[in-house]
Amino acid sequence: MELARDVINGDTEWTALGTDRPVSWKEGNLTVTRTTARTGPGCHNGCFVLLYTDENGKLVKVEGDPESPYNEGRICARCLALPEVVNHPDRLMYPMKRAKEDRGKDKWQRITWDEALDEITEKFNEIKEKWGAKSVQFLQGTGRDISTYILRLAWSFGSPNPGYLLAGSSCYLPRIASLYSETGSFWIADCGQATPERYDDPNYQIPEYMFIWGNNPLQANADGFFGHWVVDLMRRGTKLITIDPRMTWLASRSDLHIRLRSGTDGALALGMLNVIINEDLYDHDFVDKWCYGFDQLKERVQEYPPDKMAEVCWIPEEQLVEAARKFAAGNNTAVQMGLALDMSNAEAIPAIQAIVNMIAITGNYDVPGGMLMPYYILNTGFGWGYDLLTPEEHAQRIGVEKYPFVANGYNFSQPDMVLEAMRTDDPYPVRATWIQTSNPLACTTGEPENQLKSFLNMECNVVVDLFMTPTAMAVADYVLPASTFAERDGLRTCDGCQYGATINKVTQIGEAKGDPEIELMFGHRWNPEAWPWETVDEMHNALLADSFMGNITVDELRQEAPIFKKQTYKKYEKGLIRSDGQPGFNTQTGRIELYSLALQACGLDPLPYYEEPVPSPINDPELFEKYPLILGTGARDYMSFHSEHRQIPTLRNLKKDPEVEINPKTAEKYGIENGDWVWLENQYGKCQHKAKVTPVVAEHMVMADHGWWFPEEDGESPNNYGIWRINVNNLLPNIPGKSGFGTNFKSQFCKIYKVKDGE
Amino acid sequence: MVNSMGRKGLFIDYEYCTGCKTCVVACRMEHNLPQDQFGIVVSEVGPWEIVPGDNHWQYSYVPIPTDQCCGCAERREMGKLPICVQSCQANVMKFGDIDELAASMQEKTKVVCYTIE
Repeated sequence: MELARDVINGDTEWTALGTDRPVSWKEGNLTVTRTTARTGPGCHNGCFVLLYTDENGKLVKVEGDPESPYNEGRICARCLALPEVVNHPDRLMYPMKRAKEDRGKDKWQRITWDEALDEITEKFNEIKEKWGAKSVQFLQGTGRDISTYILRLAWSFGSPNPGYLLAGSSCYLPRIASLYSETGSFWIADCGQATPERYDDPNYQIPEYMFIWGNNPLQANADGFFGHWVVDLMRRGTKLITIDPRMTWLASRSDLHIRLRSGTDGALALGMLNVIINEDLYDHDFVDKWCYGFDQLKERVQEYPPDKMAEVCWIPEEQLVEAARKFAAGNNTAVQMGLALDMSNAEAIPAIQAIVNMIAITGNYDVPGGMLMPYYILNTGFGWGYDLLTPEEHAQRIGVEKYPFVANGYNFSQPDMVLEAMRTDDPYPVRATWIQTSNPLACTTGEPENQLKSFLNMECNVVVDLFMTPTAMAVADYVLPASTFAERDGLRTCDGCQYGATINKVTQIGEAKGDPEIELMFGHRWNPEAWPWETVDEMHNALLADSFMGNITVDELRQEAPIFKKQTYKKYEKGLIRSDGQPGFNTQTGRIELYSLALQACGLDPLPYYEEPVPSPINDPELFEKYPLILGTGARDYMSFHSEHRQIPTLRNLKKDPEVEINPKTAEKYGIENGDWVWLENQYGKCQHKAKVTPVVAEHMVMADHGWWFPEEDGESPNNYGIWRINVNNLLPNIPGKSGFGTNFKSQFCKIYKVKDGE
Repeated sequence: MVNSMGRKGLFIDYEYCTGCKTCVVACRMEHNLPQDQFGIVVSEVGPWEIVPGDNHWQYSYVPIPTDQCCGCAERREMGKLPICVQSCQANVMKFGDIDELAASMQEKTKVVCYTIE
């Protein structure tokens, strides 16, 4: 099943800033080029930056572009340190191969791109002949400017299995699936980003309240969302409500900070819905005209009274009630939903659904300073080239038979079943992987030892990356060198960004190539009809022609960027959302489905509900006694992006080790001092982190960094840059929720104790 | 010797400084400083809960220029902002005439102003 896409009436009009700035200019001995920072290294944003190159074409400096309405010259440490990434001596410079028996050993042999193309094509075609194209998995990370191309590459090879190895696809995809299936669109908090005038646009209003639910946007920078916009809004008068067991900087400046037990977001949301409905605080007009299933929702939330839900969340009832009243009372309320919703509960979907419904019944969709429907610049949100496979072939995607709702999210295979299939041949054999923009062994998902077994069971693994990663060293047979965004031309694609922009090449490192070019080269070998373009520019012109910016070429876009579409609020009243031109939302009923027909069609509960996470201190008291702390992980850091940047001197110098945050009272109880190396351990495994004693975390929990490896250590197996000793994923099982989405990576249990000398 | 009428300063509304250390890294990269030296550092003040259970926290970050801060004189000659001011993610820094900056300190609490030159 392919989802309907946002149409916004097929309108292809756009406007530019009209500043007539050149794309590049001279400044003394340096050349300055304006571009978009995306990707690699990975990032969810796409800030506008100025790249400074010297007379030899070497990148020497990066600045934020002061004329960009998106980031206004502002920029984070990772872009500023980009020259250290681009010019790093450890960059992969050319394609390499290694004999299968030498996996894990530093026995690489340089080959040419042509040899890589020939040999990988031959291996993949052999596997295709023997096991079918579906036995090759195409795995990406969260690196973003990749989905457009890797999905097409997978499909053009004949495989219905592009994927992303994170248990329960529990980052972003559950939110997307839930929002799409209930409202027909994706939505993000409206910070005035849809127009170049931003906060000064006369049609824009700041949110009266902004709910920061389960993330720290300042560090996380959700997709197309510059986190520090929240600070802009605070300074203009927006009041924050933060829902997070951690006392973040934003939480400390919030009207209300609800420090709930990890994994109970769904209980809080249902309790709030109960208050909003029973106290008659909802928007009757919007509910009557634009929502479906309100009576069923009203009946359901009676099972979740605020006093009981507050008890579940370990919070005072007054806080829950106050949050509900503020959510509904504001002139407009925006919600920045975060990763915790995907991860903190094995049943992520109903928790997200409860919030989606709360936004609906308070009338906060498609209003200024509420939730914004980002339009898709490029018509690729759910896959460019989906039609390359037949519906029968798509039905072979691993996971959609067992978990039909997975097909509502994104065209990825179900990751937990993929990892199993790689070892067990169930539901069918997987024999090769193509891993691009991802470092799964060090970063992405749980049970890393099982993952290693899965990858070692393959006949061929290809890794495309910037650096030799632990994954590449442990399992790859071929590594292909990828470019940073400074070394390639491209389009800023994916995730419903709210502007059109290009990525502009300014330098070249070794024989590295951009991800889109690599896909095009292999596409030419595997299925030339599916890749009829000679060059990357030609390919991107074709993408643009198929977009909602249909009247622009890459060269024009490079000059005009950023370009914006006309922003209209309350599009559902004006027939601007549905492809049939009728008023309403892009759902079966044309309304926001509080009672979800999409969930019902997949055999799932159509209404939100709450279940305890697994494990739960309430349901599993004996286990909790043995491992008495709740273990969270996955929080972002200013100095890195997931497993990236560990070898970048300036950034590593400011964050040297994997840390675990522990409350001073908890630390005292376990005899741990700030800076001690500690073991975190539970029934699944253990890892070493450095204790950071801080009241930022509640006493009941610890919060551990993820994605760590030590590039300075021995990369060969079994050390693999130290991952087996320091990877918090050793403590995480891969168990998805009933829908196939969501997992519990934020409320497992653990114990903590000091590392002894020599360990 | 700079006349006091001509002094320049760095103004920071630290109520909204988030501690992202963009200024630290921007300065290092602009001026090619050694890894263990900085033109500006960020001091974390807190976090502690002022009255336990009250949910009122002391949790601030305050950037402090070092002796190696030159106010990005070369950039200013080119009509640009100092790199920390331009890059600041929270947009809380200003550079300018000390008299004007001092006057704008009347507008709110939790601001600091450093004389740079």
